[in-house]
Amino acid sequence: MNIVVCVKQIPDPETPASQFAVDEAAKRVIPAQGIAPVVNPYDPQATEAALRLKDAAGEGKITVVSLGEDSARDAIKHALAMGADEGVLLSDPDFENIDNFQTAVALSRAIEKIGDVDLVLMGRASADWDMGVAPLGVAGQLGIPCVTIAKSMELDGETLTVERVLDDGFQKVEVDLPAVVSISNEFGEPRYPQLRQIMLAAKKTVQVWSADDLELEDDEAGEDNRWLALEALYIPQVESNVEIIEGDSPEEQARTLALKLREAKLI
Amino acid sequence: MSGTLIIAETADGAVAPHSFELLAAGRALADQGGGAVSALVAGDESLAGSLFEHGADAVYLAPAGSLDPGYAEAGAGAALAAREAADADIVLMGQTSLGRDLGPLMAFGLNTAVAMDCVALALEGGRLRATRSCYGGNANAEVTWRGDVQVATLKLKAWDALAPDSDRSGEVTAIDATGDQRVRVVSTEAAESTGVRIEDAEVVVSGGRGLGDPSAFEMMEELAGLLGGATGASRAACDLGWYPPSQQVGLTGKTVTPNLYIAVAISGASQHMAGMSGSKNIVAINRDPDANMVQVSRFAIVEDYKKVVPALIEAIKALD
Repeated sequence: MNIVVCVKQIPDPETPASQFAVDEAAKRVIPAQGIAPVVNPYDPQATEAALRLKDAAGEGKITVVSLGEDSARDAIKHALAMGADEGVLLSDPDFENIDNFQTAVALSRAIEKIGDVDLVLMGRASADWDMGVAPLGVAGQLGIPCVTIAKSMELDGETLTVERVLDDGFQKVEVDLPAVVSISNEFGEPRYPQLRQIMLAAKKTVQVWSADDLELEDDEAGEDNRWLALEALYIPQVESNVEIIEGDSPEEQARTLALKLREAKLI
Repeated sequence: MSGTLIIAETADGAVAPHSFELLAAGRALADQGGGAVSALVAGDESLAGSLFEHGADAVYLAPAGSLDPGYAEAGAGAALAAREAADADIVLMGQTSLGRDLGPLMAFGLNTAVAMDCVALALEGGRLRATRSCYGGNANAEVTWRGDVQVATLKLKAWDALAPDSDRSGEVTAIDATGDQRVRVVSTEAAESTGVRIEDAEVVVSGGRGLGDPSAFEMMEELAGLLGGATGASRAACDLGWYPPSQQVGLTGKTVTPNLYIAVAISGASQHMAGMSGSKNIVAINRDPDANMVQVSRFAIVEDYKKVVPALIEAIKALD
Protein backbone atom coordinates (compact mmCIF):
# COMPACT_ATOMS: atom_id res chain seq x y z
CA MET A 1 0.00 0.00 0.00
CA ASN A 2 1.38 3.40 -1.01
CA ILE A 3 0.32 6.35 1.10
CA VAL A 4 1.24 9.98 0.49
CA VAL A 5 0.98 12.42 3.38
CA CYS A 6 1.03 16.14 2.51
CA VAL A 7 2.45 18.42 5.20
CA LYS A 8 3.04 22.16 5.43
CA GLN A 9 5.38 24.41 7.38
CA ILE A 10 3.56 27.54 8.63
CA PRO A 11 4.14 30.50 10.99
CA ASP A 12 3.38 29.33 14.54
CA PRO A 13 -0.42 29.76 14.93
CA GLU A 14 0.16 30.24 18.67
CA THR A 15 2.06 33.46 17.94
CA PRO A 16 0.60 35.99 20.40
CA ALA A 17 -1.40 38.76 18.73
CA SER A 18 1.08 41.28 20.23
CA GLN A 19 3.92 39.74 18.18
CA PHE A 20 1.91 39.14 15.03
CA ALA A 21 2.78 41.64 12.30
CA VAL A 22 1.81 42.13 8.68
CA ASP A 23 3.59 43.92 5.84
CA GLU A 24 0.49 45.44 4.30
CA ALA A 25 2.28 46.62 1.15
CA ALA A 26 3.72 43.20 0.41
CA LYS A 27 0.53 41.52 1.74
CA ARG A 28 2.62 39.09 3.77
CA VAL A 29 3.01 38.12 7.40
CA ILE A 30 6.29 39.30 8.92
CA PRO A 31 7.88 36.33 10.71
CA ALA A 32 7.81 36.99 14.47
CA GLN A 33 11.30 37.27 15.94
CA GLY A 34 12.35 34.24 17.93
CA ILE A 35 9.23 32.23 17.00
CA ALA A 36 10.20 29.48 14.58
CA PRO A 37 7.77 28.20 11.95
CA VAL A 38 6.07 24.95 12.89
CA VAL A 39 4.44 21.97 11.22
CA ASN A 40 0.77 22.78 10.59
CA PRO A 41 -0.86 21.36 13.74
CA TYR A 42 -3.30 19.11 11.82
CA ASP A 43 -0.55 17.49 9.73
CA PRO A 44 1.09 15.22 12.35
CA GLN A 45 -2.38 13.69 12.75
CA ALA A 46 -2.39 12.91 9.01
CA THR A 47 1.02 11.26 9.42
CA GLU A 48 -0.29 9.39 12.47
CA ALA A 49 -3.27 8.18 10.43
CA ALA A 50 -0.92 6.88 7.74
CA LEU A 51 1.28 5.10 10.29
CA ARG A 52 -1.72 3.42 11.93
CA LEU A 53 -2.91 2.10 8.54
CA LYS A 54 0.59 0.87 7.72
CA ASP A 55 0.89 -0.78 11.14
CA ALA A 56 -2.50 -2.49 10.72
CA ALA A 57 -1.66 -3.70 7.20
CA GLY A 58 1.81 -4.86 8.20
CA GLU A 59 3.22 -3.38 5.02
CA GLY A 60 3.24 -0.22 2.97
CA LYS A 61 5.25 2.83 2.13
CA ILE A 62 4.58 6.36 3.34
CA THR A 63 5.92 9.25 1.28
CA VAL A 64 5.75 12.74 2.77
CA VAL A 65 5.31 15.63 0.36
CA SER A 66 5.60 19.29 1.26
CA LEU A 67 5.41 22.38 -0.93
CA GLY A 68 7.34 25.29 0.47
CA GLU A 69 10.63 26.99 1.03
CA ASP A 70 13.71 25.13 2.22
CA SER A 71 12.45 25.42 5.83
CA ALA A 72 9.64 23.02 4.86
CA ARG A 73 12.29 20.30 5.16
CA ASP A 74 11.65 20.49 8.90
CA ALA A 75 7.99 19.52 8.39
CA ILE A 76 9.11 16.58 6.23
CA LYS A 77 11.78 15.57 8.78
CA HIS A 78 9.17 15.62 11.54
CA ALA A 79 6.99 13.15 9.62
CA LEU A 80 10.02 11.00 8.80
CA ALA A 81 10.97 10.97 12.48
CA MET A 82 7.43 9.82 13.30
CA GLY A 83 8.04 6.85 10.98
CA ALA A 84 7.28 7.87 7.39
CA ASP A 85 9.63 6.37 4.82
CA GLU A 86 10.60 9.00 2.26
CA GLY A 87 10.22 12.71 1.64
CA VAL A 88 9.71 14.98 -1.35
CA LEU A 89 10.09 18.75 -1.15
CA LEU A 90 8.37 20.75 -3.88
CA SER A 91 10.46 23.87 -4.12
CA ASP A 92 10.57 26.53 -6.80
CA PRO A 93 10.54 30.35 -6.88
CA ASP A 94 7.27 29.97 -8.80
CA PHE A 95 5.69 28.25 -5.76
CA GLU A 96 6.03 31.33 -3.54
CA ASN A 97 2.69 32.92 -2.57
CA ILE A 98 0.61 30.68 -4.80
CA ASP A 99 -2.98 29.94 -3.81
CA ASN A 100 -4.46 26.70 -2.54
CA PHE A 101 -5.70 25.57 -5.95
CA GLN A 102 -2.25 26.06 -7.50
CA THR A 103 -0.82 24.17 -4.51
CA ALA A 104 -3.30 21.36 -5.14
CA VAL A 105 -2.22 21.16 -8.79
CA ALA A 106 1.47 20.94 -7.84
CA LEU A 107 0.79 18.34 -5.11
CA SER A 108 -1.30 16.22 -7.48
CA ARG A 109 1.48 16.25 -10.11
CA ALA A 110 3.92 15.11 -7.44
CA ILE A 111 1.55 12.33 -6.39
CA GLU A 112 1.26 11.22 -10.02
CA LYS A 113 5.05 11.30 -10.33
CA ILE A 114 5.41 9.15 -7.19
CA GLY A 115 3.00 6.73 -8.90
CA ASP A 116 0.69 3.91 -7.76
CA VAL A 117 -0.59 5.90 -4.77
CA ASP A 118 -3.54 4.27 -2.98
CA LEU A 119 -4.29 6.93 -0.42
CA VAL A 120 -3.46 10.62 0.08
CA LEU A 121 -3.78 12.00 3.61
CA MET A 122 -3.71 15.68 4.57
CA GLY A 123 -4.59 17.80 7.59
CA ARG A 124 -8.15 19.18 7.53
CA ALA A 125 -6.82 22.67 6.81
CA SER A 126 -3.64 24.65 7.24
CA ALA A 127 -3.78 26.94 10.22
CA ASP A 128 -2.38 29.91 8.27
CA TRP A 129 -5.01 30.52 5.57
CA ASP A 130 -7.52 28.14 7.08
CA MET A 131 -9.41 27.24 3.92
CA GLY A 132 -9.40 23.41 3.92
CA VAL A 133 -9.61 23.46 0.14
CA ALA A 134 -6.40 21.69 -0.91
CA PRO A 135 -7.58 18.10 -0.15
CA LEU A 136 -10.60 18.53 -2.44
CA GLY A 137 -8.39 20.22 -5.03
CA VAL A 138 -5.86 17.37 -5.03
CA ALA A 139 -8.69 14.80 -5.31
CA GLY A 140 -10.26 16.78 -8.14
CA GLN A 141 -6.97 16.93 -10.05
CA LEU A 142 -6.39 13.21 -9.58
CA GLY A 143 -10.01 12.38 -10.46
CA ILE A 144 -10.54 10.47 -7.20
CA PRO A 145 -13.01 10.98 -4.32
CA CYS A 146 -12.26 13.00 -1.18
CA VAL A 147 -13.50 12.49 2.38
CA THR A 148 -12.96 15.47 4.68
CA ILE A 149 -12.53 15.96 8.44
CA ALA A 150 -11.93 12.36 9.47
CA LYS A 151 -11.72 11.34 13.12
CA SER A 152 -11.00 7.64 12.51
CA MET A 153 -10.34 5.28 9.60
CA GLU A 154 -10.36 1.57 8.94
CA LEU A 155 -9.21 -0.20 5.79
CA ASP A 156 -10.82 -3.45 4.64
CA GLY A 157 -9.37 -4.59 1.30
CA GLU A 158 -9.86 -1.70 -1.09
CA THR A 159 -12.63 -0.08 0.94
CA LEU A 160 -11.86 2.61 3.47
CA THR A 161 -14.44 3.28 6.18
CA VAL A 162 -14.11 6.77 7.60
CA GLU A 163 -15.82 8.40 10.54
CA ARG A 164 -16.14 12.15 9.89
CA VAL A 165 -16.92 15.02 12.22
CA LEU A 166 -19.96 17.08 11.20
CA ASP A 167 -21.13 20.42 12.58
CA ASP A 168 -23.73 18.63 14.67
CA GLY A 169 -22.57 15.06 14.95
CA PHE A 170 -20.71 12.32 13.19
CA GLN A 171 -21.00 10.48 9.92
CA LYS A 172 -19.71 7.12 8.77
CA VAL A 173 -18.83 6.89 5.07
CA GLU A 174 -17.18 4.32 2.81
CA VAL A 175 -14.98 5.04 -0.16
CA ASP A 176 -13.02 2.84 -2.55
CA LEU A 177 -9.31 3.51 -2.94
CA PRO A 178 -7.61 5.45 -4.35
CA ALA A 179 -8.93 8.43 -2.40
CA VAL A 180 -7.92 11.57 -0.53
CA VAL A 181 -8.83 11.92 3.15
CA SER A 182 -8.36 15.03 5.30
CA ILE A 183 -7.71 14.35 8.97
CA SER A 184 -9.14 16.38 11.84
CA ASN A 185 -7.75 17.21 15.27
CA GLU A 186 -10.25 14.72 16.75
CA PHE A 187 -8.17 11.87 15.26
CA GLY A 188 -6.12 11.64 18.44
CA GLU A 189 -2.63 12.40 19.66
CA PRO A 190 0.08 11.84 17.06
CA ARG A 191 3.04 9.79 18.23
CA TYR A 192 6.04 11.72 19.46
CA PRO A 193 9.27 11.12 17.51
CA GLN A 194 11.77 9.13 19.59
CA LEU A 195 15.46 9.99 19.55
CA ARG A 196 16.34 6.82 17.65
CA GLN A 197 13.68 7.63 15.04
CA ILE A 198 15.00 11.18 14.71
CA MET A 199 18.49 9.79 14.03
CA LEU A 200 17.11 7.28 11.50
CA ALA A 201 15.11 10.04 9.83
CA ALA A 202 18.31 11.96 9.14
CA LYS A 203 19.37 9.12 6.83
CA LYS A 204 16.07 8.98 4.92
CA THR A 205 15.98 10.45 1.42
CA VAL A 206 14.35 13.81 0.73
CA GLN A 207 14.11 14.52 -2.98
CA VAL A 208 13.59 18.06 -4.24
CA TRP A 209 11.33 18.60 -7.24
CA SER A 210 10.89 21.89 -9.12
CA ALA A 211 7.97 23.14 -11.24
CA ASP A 212 9.82 21.75 -14.28
CA ASP A 213 10.23 18.34 -12.62
CA LEU A 214 6.43 18.31 -12.17
CA GLU A 215 5.97 19.37 -15.81
CA LEU A 216 3.82 22.30 -14.74
CA GLU A 217 2.85 24.74 -17.48
CA ASP A 218 4.05 28.34 -17.17
CA ASP A 219 0.56 29.55 -16.27
CA GLU A 220 -0.05 26.91 -13.57
CA ALA A 221 2.40 28.15 -10.93
CA GLY A 222 3.55 31.67 -10.10
CA GLU A 223 1.97 34.31 -7.87
CA ASP A 224 0.65 36.18 -10.94
CA ASN A 225 -1.44 33.14 -11.90
CA ARG A 226 -3.36 32.82 -8.64
CA TRP A 227 -7.02 31.92 -9.09
CA LEU A 228 -7.88 33.81 -5.91
CA ALA A 229 -6.03 37.14 -5.92
CA LEU A 230 -4.94 38.52 -2.56
CA GLU A 231 -5.90 42.21 -2.65
CA ALA A 232 -5.18 43.18 0.97
CA LEU A 233 -3.87 41.69 4.21
CA TYR A 234 -4.15 43.57 7.51
CA ILE A 235 -4.65 43.19 11.25
CA PRO A 236 -8.26 43.94 12.28
CA GLN A 237 -8.65 46.59 14.97
CA VAL A 238 -10.17 45.65 18.33
CA GLU A 239 -11.01 48.26 20.95
CA SER A 240 -11.24 47.59 24.66
CA ASN A 241 -13.98 49.01 26.91
CA VAL A 242 -13.71 46.49 29.69
CA GLU A 243 -15.06 47.20 33.17
CA ILE A 244 -13.01 45.19 35.67
CA ILE A 245 -15.27 44.21 38.60
CA GLU A 246 -13.39 44.85 41.85
CA GLY A 247 -14.29 43.69 45.36
CA ASP A 248 -12.86 42.55 48.70
CA SER A 249 -13.67 38.91 48.05
CA PRO A 250 -14.63 36.68 45.12
CA GLU A 251 -18.13 36.52 46.67
CA GLU A 252 -18.46 40.31 46.57
CA GLN A 253 -17.12 40.46 43.01
CA ALA A 254 -19.60 37.75 41.99
CA ARG A 255 -22.52 39.62 43.65
CA THR A 256 -21.53 42.88 41.90
CA LEU A 257 -21.29 41.10 38.56
CA ALA A 258 -24.67 39.41 39.04
CA LEU A 259 -26.26 42.81 39.84
CA LYS A 260 -24.66 44.50 36.84
CA LEU A 261 -25.80 41.71 34.54
CA ARG A 262 -29.33 42.05 35.95
CA GLU A 263 -29.27 45.86 35.54
CA ALA A 264 -28.18 45.42 31.93
CA LYS A 265 -31.06 42.91 31.53
CA LEU A 266 -28.59 40.26 30.41
CA ILE A 267 -29.83 37.69 32.94
CA MET B 1 -24.05 36.97 -16.88
CA SER B 2 -25.18 38.44 -13.61
CA GLY B 3 -26.84 37.28 -10.46
CA THR B 4 -26.29 35.40 -7.24
CA LEU B 5 -27.15 31.79 -6.49
CA ILE B 6 -27.35 30.79 -2.85
CA ILE B 7 -27.24 27.14 -1.77
CA ALA B 8 -29.87 26.68 0.94
CA GLU B 9 -29.77 23.76 3.36
CA THR B 10 -32.54 22.14 5.35
CA ALA B 11 -32.89 20.99 8.94
CA ASP B 12 -35.84 19.03 10.33
CA GLY B 13 -37.79 19.42 7.08
CA ALA B 14 -37.55 23.22 6.92
CA VAL B 15 -35.07 25.65 5.42
CA ALA B 16 -32.12 26.02 7.83
CA PRO B 17 -31.92 29.52 9.37
CA HIS B 18 -28.43 30.24 8.02
CA SER B 19 -29.85 30.01 4.49
CA PHE B 20 -31.76 33.23 5.21
CA GLU B 21 -28.44 34.89 6.11
CA LEU B 22 -27.16 33.87 2.65
CA LEU B 23 -30.24 35.46 1.08
CA ALA B 24 -29.58 38.67 3.03
CA ALA B 25 -26.01 38.69 1.69
CA GLY B 26 -27.37 38.10 -1.82
CA ARG B 27 -29.89 40.93 -1.49
CA ALA B 28 -27.16 43.30 -0.27
CA LEU B 29 -25.19 42.46 -3.44
CA ALA B 30 -28.36 42.96 -5.54
CA ASP B 31 -28.65 46.46 -4.02
CA GLN B 32 -25.13 47.14 -5.33
CA GLY B 33 -26.11 46.00 -8.84
CA GLY B 34 -25.43 42.29 -8.37
CA GLY B 35 -28.57 41.12 -10.18
CA ALA B 36 -31.28 38.64 -9.22
CA VAL B 37 -30.95 36.33 -6.21
CA SER B 38 -31.76 32.66 -6.83
CA ALA B 39 -31.84 29.91 -4.23
CA LEU B 40 -31.23 26.19 -4.64
CA VAL B 41 -32.73 23.88 -2.07
CA ALA B 42 -33.09 20.09 -2.02
CA GLY B 43 -36.62 18.86 -1.39
CA ASP B 44 -40.19 19.71 -2.40
CA GLU B 45 -41.99 22.90 -3.30
CA SER B 46 -43.12 23.56 0.27
CA LEU B 47 -39.61 24.83 1.01
CA ALA B 48 -39.80 27.61 -1.60
CA GLY B 49 -42.13 29.95 0.32
CA SER B 50 -39.76 30.82 3.14
CA LEU B 51 -36.93 31.38 0.64
CA PHE B 52 -39.04 33.89 -1.32
CA GLU B 53 -40.12 35.60 1.91
CA HIS B 54 -36.49 36.04 2.95
CA GLY B 55 -35.27 37.52 -0.32
CA ALA B 56 -35.11 34.94 -3.14
CA ASP B 57 -36.30 36.04 -6.60
CA ALA B 58 -36.34 32.47 -7.97
CA VAL B 59 -36.09 29.03 -6.39
CA TYR B 60 -34.56 25.87 -7.85
CA LEU B 61 -35.45 22.50 -6.34
CA ALA B 62 -32.85 19.72 -6.32
CA PRO B 63 -33.71 16.09 -5.51
CA ALA B 64 -34.36 15.60 -1.79
CA GLY B 65 -31.24 14.68 0.20
CA SER B 66 -28.81 15.79 -2.52
CA LEU B 67 -27.60 18.72 -0.40
CA ASP B 68 -27.28 16.89 2.91
CA PRO B 69 -23.89 16.79 4.68
CA GLY B 70 -21.72 14.09 3.09
CA TYR B 71 -23.49 14.34 -0.28
CA ALA B 72 -21.42 17.16 -1.75
CA GLU B 73 -20.58 15.17 -4.89
CA ALA B 74 -24.28 14.66 -5.66
CA GLY B 75 -25.02 18.23 -4.59
CA ALA B 76 -22.31 19.71 -6.79
CA GLY B 77 -24.03 18.24 -9.85
CA ALA B 78 -27.32 19.89 -8.86
CA ALA B 79 -25.64 23.16 -7.88
CA LEU B 80 -23.69 23.42 -11.14
CA ALA B 81 -26.90 22.83 -13.12
CA ALA B 82 -28.78 25.44 -11.06
CA ARG B 83 -25.91 27.91 -11.46
CA GLU B 84 -26.14 27.52 -15.21
CA ALA B 85 -29.93 27.80 -15.26
CA ALA B 86 -29.84 30.92 -13.07
CA ASP B 87 -26.93 32.35 -15.08
CA ALA B 88 -25.34 33.38 -11.78
CA ASP B 89 -21.78 34.70 -11.58
CA ILE B 90 -21.75 34.61 -7.78
CA VAL B 91 -22.43 31.44 -5.75
CA LEU B 92 -22.81 31.70 -1.96
CA MET B 93 -23.21 28.94 0.60
CA GLY B 94 -22.74 28.49 4.33
CA GLN B 95 -19.46 27.44 5.97
CA THR B 96 -21.13 24.20 7.03
CA SER B 97 -20.28 20.50 6.78
CA LEU B 98 -21.82 20.59 3.29
CA GLY B 99 -20.40 23.96 2.23
CA ARG B 100 -16.83 23.05 3.21
CA ASP B 101 -16.94 20.30 0.55
CA LEU B 102 -19.40 21.77 -1.93
CA GLY B 103 -17.66 25.15 -2.28
CA PRO B 104 -14.35 23.71 -3.48
CA LEU B 105 -16.08 21.02 -5.61
CA MET B 106 -18.23 23.63 -7.38
CA ALA B 107 -15.35 26.05 -7.84
CA PHE B 108 -13.06 23.47 -9.40
CA GLY B 109 -15.93 22.24 -11.58
CA LEU B 110 -16.22 25.81 -12.90
CA ASN B 111 -12.48 26.34 -13.30
CA THR B 112 -12.47 29.05 -10.67
CA ALA B 113 -11.54 29.57 -7.03
CA VAL B 114 -13.45 29.57 -3.77
CA ALA B 115 -13.06 31.88 -0.77
CA MET B 116 -13.99 30.10 2.45
CA ASP B 117 -15.66 31.48 5.58
CA CYS B 118 -16.10 35.05 4.34
CA VAL B 119 -17.24 37.75 6.79
CA ALA B 120 -17.92 40.60 4.34
CA LEU B 121 -18.70 40.96 0.63
CA ALA B 122 -18.64 43.97 -1.67
CA LEU B 123 -19.12 44.56 -5.38
CA GLU B 124 -16.48 46.64 -7.17
CA GLY B 125 -17.04 47.23 -10.86
CA GLY B 126 -19.50 44.35 -10.87
CA ARG B 127 -16.92 41.95 -9.41
CA LEU B 128 -16.97 40.43 -5.95
CA ARG B 129 -14.43 41.34 -3.26
CA ALA B 130 -14.57 39.19 -0.13
CA THR B 131 -13.08 39.64 3.32
CA ARG B 132 -12.08 36.60 5.34
CA SER B 133 -10.23 35.94 8.53
CA CYS B 134 -6.88 34.12 8.41
CA TYR B 135 -3.84 33.34 10.54
CA GLY B 136 -6.11 32.10 13.30
CA GLY B 137 -8.08 35.34 13.31
CA ASN B 138 -4.96 37.50 13.66
CA ALA B 139 -5.37 38.94 10.16
CA ASN B 140 -8.03 39.73 7.60
CA ALA B 141 -7.50 39.06 3.91
CA GLU B 142 -9.43 40.60 1.03
CA VAL B 143 -9.62 38.51 -2.12
CA THR B 144 -10.94 38.69 -5.67
CA TRP B 145 -11.45 36.00 -8.30
CA ARG B 146 -9.70 35.59 -11.65
CA GLY B 147 -12.28 33.15 -13.02
CA ASP B 148 -15.69 34.25 -14.29
CA VAL B 149 -17.74 32.65 -11.50
CA GLN B 150 -17.05 33.67 -7.91
CA VAL B 151 -17.76 30.99 -5.30
CA ALA B 152 -17.71 31.79 -1.59
CA THR B 153 -18.76 30.17 1.66
CA LEU B 154 -20.02 32.63 4.28
CA LYS B 155 -19.31 32.52 7.97
CA LEU B 156 -22.49 31.65 9.86
CA LYS B 157 -24.11 34.56 11.70
CA ALA B 158 -21.95 37.15 9.94
CA TRP B 159 -25.10 38.47 8.17
CA ASP B 160 -28.51 39.15 9.72
CA ALA B 161 -31.44 37.52 7.95
CA LEU B 162 -34.02 39.94 6.52
CA ALA B 163 -37.46 40.12 8.12
CA PRO B 164 -39.80 37.83 6.16
CA ASP B 165 -42.00 39.58 3.58
CA SER B 166 -45.04 37.41 2.81
CA ASP B 167 -45.81 39.47 -0.35
CA ARG B 168 -42.70 38.19 -2.08
CA SER B 169 -42.97 35.26 -4.49
CA GLY B 170 -41.37 33.93 -7.66
CA GLU B 171 -40.90 31.06 -10.03
CA VAL B 172 -39.95 27.54 -8.87
CA THR B 173 -37.92 25.33 -11.23
CA ALA B 174 -36.97 21.69 -10.72
CA ILE B 175 -33.35 20.64 -11.26
CA ASP B 176 -33.09 16.93 -12.02
CA ALA B 177 -29.30 16.69 -12.18
CA THR B 178 -27.12 15.31 -9.41
CA GLY B 179 -23.44 14.45 -9.47
CA ASP B 180 -21.81 11.02 -9.27
CA GLN B 181 -21.67 10.27 -5.52
CA ARG B 182 -18.58 8.10 -5.01
CA VAL B 183 -18.44 8.60 -1.24
CA ARG B 184 -21.08 6.27 0.25
CA VAL B 185 -22.78 7.53 3.40
CA VAL B 186 -23.33 4.62 5.80
CA SER B 187 -24.86 6.47 8.72
CA THR B 188 -25.22 9.95 10.18
CA GLU B 189 -25.73 10.52 13.88
CA ALA B 190 -26.50 13.71 15.72
CA ALA B 191 -24.19 14.66 18.56
CA GLU B 192 -25.64 14.06 21.98
CA SER B 193 -26.53 17.41 23.40
CA THR B 194 -28.48 18.27 26.42
CA GLY B 195 -30.63 21.36 26.48
CA VAL B 196 -30.29 24.37 24.18
CA ARG B 197 -28.40 24.17 20.87
CA ILE B 198 -25.27 26.25 21.34
CA GLU B 199 -25.77 28.17 18.04
CA ASP B 200 -29.25 29.23 19.14
CA ALA B 201 -28.53 29.95 22.81
CA GLU B 202 -28.99 33.49 24.15
CA VAL B 203 -26.42 32.74 26.86
CA VAL B 204 -23.27 30.66 26.39
CA VAL B 205 -20.89 29.71 29.19
CA SER B 206 -17.58 28.39 27.84
CA GLY B 207 -14.58 26.86 29.54
CA GLY B 208 -11.02 26.48 28.33
CA ARG B 209 -7.84 24.61 29.08
CA GLY B 210 -7.31 27.03 31.96
CA LEU B 211 -10.00 25.14 33.90
CA GLY B 212 -7.25 22.59 34.51
CA ASP B 213 -9.70 19.76 35.02
CA PRO B 214 -12.46 18.23 32.85
CA SER B 215 -14.81 17.88 35.83
CA ALA B 216 -14.93 21.69 36.05
CA PHE B 217 -17.28 21.58 33.06
CA GLU B 218 -19.99 20.45 35.48
CA MET B 219 -19.70 23.89 37.05
CA MET B 220 -19.95 25.50 33.59
CA GLU B 221 -23.08 23.44 32.89
CA GLU B 222 -24.61 24.44 36.21
CA LEU B 223 -24.08 28.14 35.47
CA ALA B 224 -25.32 27.78 31.88
CA GLY B 225 -28.36 25.80 33.07
CA LEU B 226 -29.20 28.46 35.63
CA LEU B 227 -29.21 31.10 32.86
CA GLY B 228 -31.10 28.93 30.36
CA GLY B 229 -28.03 28.81 28.18
CA ALA B 230 -25.65 26.33 26.56
CA THR B 231 -22.16 25.21 27.51
CA GLY B 232 -19.24 25.60 25.13
CA ALA B 233 -15.53 24.87 25.15
CA SER B 234 -12.36 26.11 23.53
CA ARG B 235 -10.55 23.96 21.00
CA ALA B 236 -7.75 23.29 23.49
CA ALA B 237 -10.27 21.85 25.95
CA CYS B 238 -11.97 19.74 23.24
CA ASP B 239 -8.63 18.43 21.94
CA LEU B 240 -7.87 17.26 25.48
CA GLY B 241 -11.13 15.31 25.38
CA TRP B 242 -12.66 17.40 28.16
CA TYR B 243 -15.79 18.33 26.20
CA PRO B 244 -17.48 17.07 22.97
CA PRO B 245 -16.31 18.60 19.67
CA SER B 246 -19.91 19.54 18.82
CA GLN B 247 -19.71 22.15 21.61
CA GLN B 248 -16.43 23.64 20.44
CA VAL B 249 -16.57 27.40 19.85
CA GLY B 250 -14.04 28.83 17.43
CA LEU B 251 -12.65 28.80 13.95
CA THR B 252 -12.79 25.01 13.70
CA GLY B 253 -15.97 24.79 15.76
CA LYS B 254 -19.22 26.67 16.17
CA THR B 255 -19.85 30.35 15.60
CA VAL B 256 -22.03 31.77 18.35
CA THR B 257 -23.48 35.26 18.73
CA PRO B 258 -25.38 35.10 22.03
CA ASN B 259 -26.61 38.08 23.97
CA LEU B 260 -24.27 37.04 26.80
CA TYR B 261 -21.04 35.05 26.46
CA ILE B 262 -19.29 34.09 29.68
CA ALA B 263 -15.71 32.96 29.03
CA VAL B 264 -14.22 31.09 31.97
CA ALA B 265 -10.45 30.52 32.02
CA ILE B 266 -10.19 31.17 28.28
CA SER B 267 -7.26 33.39 27.30
CA GLY B 268 -8.83 34.43 24.02
CA ALA B 269 -6.60 32.94 21.33
CA SER B 270 -7.62 34.24 17.92
CA GLN B 271 -8.81 30.74 17.05
CA HIS B 272 -11.47 30.96 19.77
CA MET B 273 -12.29 34.64 19.23
CA ALA B 274 -13.21 33.87 15.62
CA GLY B 275 -16.14 31.83 16.90
CA MET B 276 -17.55 34.22 19.52
CA SER B 277 -16.42 37.77 18.82
CA GLY B 278 -19.90 38.54 17.47
CA SER B 279 -21.38 38.01 20.95
CA LYS B 280 -23.28 41.08 22.08
CA ASN B 281 -21.94 41.08 25.65
CA ILE B 282 -18.83 39.24 26.84
CA VAL B 283 -17.94 38.49 30.45
CA ALA B 284 -14.44 37.17 31.19
CA ILE B 285 -13.46 35.30 34.33
CA ASN B 286 -9.72 34.93 34.19
CA ARG B 287 -6.71 35.21 36.48
CA ASP B 288 -4.70 37.11 33.84
CA PRO B 289 -5.71 40.81 33.52
CA ASP B 290 -3.79 41.02 30.23
CA ALA B 291 -5.64 38.08 28.68
CA ASN B 292 -7.09 38.95 25.31
CA MET B 293 -10.53 37.80 26.48
CA VAL B 294 -10.45 40.31 29.36
CA GLN B 295 -9.57 43.12 26.95
CA VAL B 296 -12.52 42.47 24.61
CA SER B 297 -15.09 41.87 27.35
CA ARG B 298 -17.70 44.25 28.76
CA PHE B 299 -17.27 42.99 32.34
CA ALA B 300 -14.38 40.99 33.75
CA ILE B 301 -13.43 39.48 37.08
CA VAL B 302 -9.71 38.91 37.44
CA GLU B 303 -9.60 36.02 39.88
CA ASP B 304 -9.43 32.23 40.09
CA TYR B 305 -12.58 30.83 38.50
CA LYS B 306 -12.81 28.16 41.21
CA LYS B 307 -13.62 30.93 43.68
CA VAL B 308 -15.71 33.11 41.38
CA VAL B 309 -18.00 30.70 39.51
CA PRO B 310 -19.56 29.00 42.59
CA ALA B 311 -20.04 32.45 44.14
CA LEU B 312 -21.61 33.72 40.91
CA ILE B 313 -24.00 30.77 40.84
CA GLU B 314 -25.08 31.59 44.42
CA ALA B 315 -25.33 35.32 43.68
CA ILE B 316 -27.54 34.72 40.63
CA LYS B 317 -29.77 32.34 42.62
CA ALA B 318 -30.07 35.04 45.31
CA LEU B 319 -31.31 37.60 42.75
CA ASP B 320 -34.69 35.95 42.36
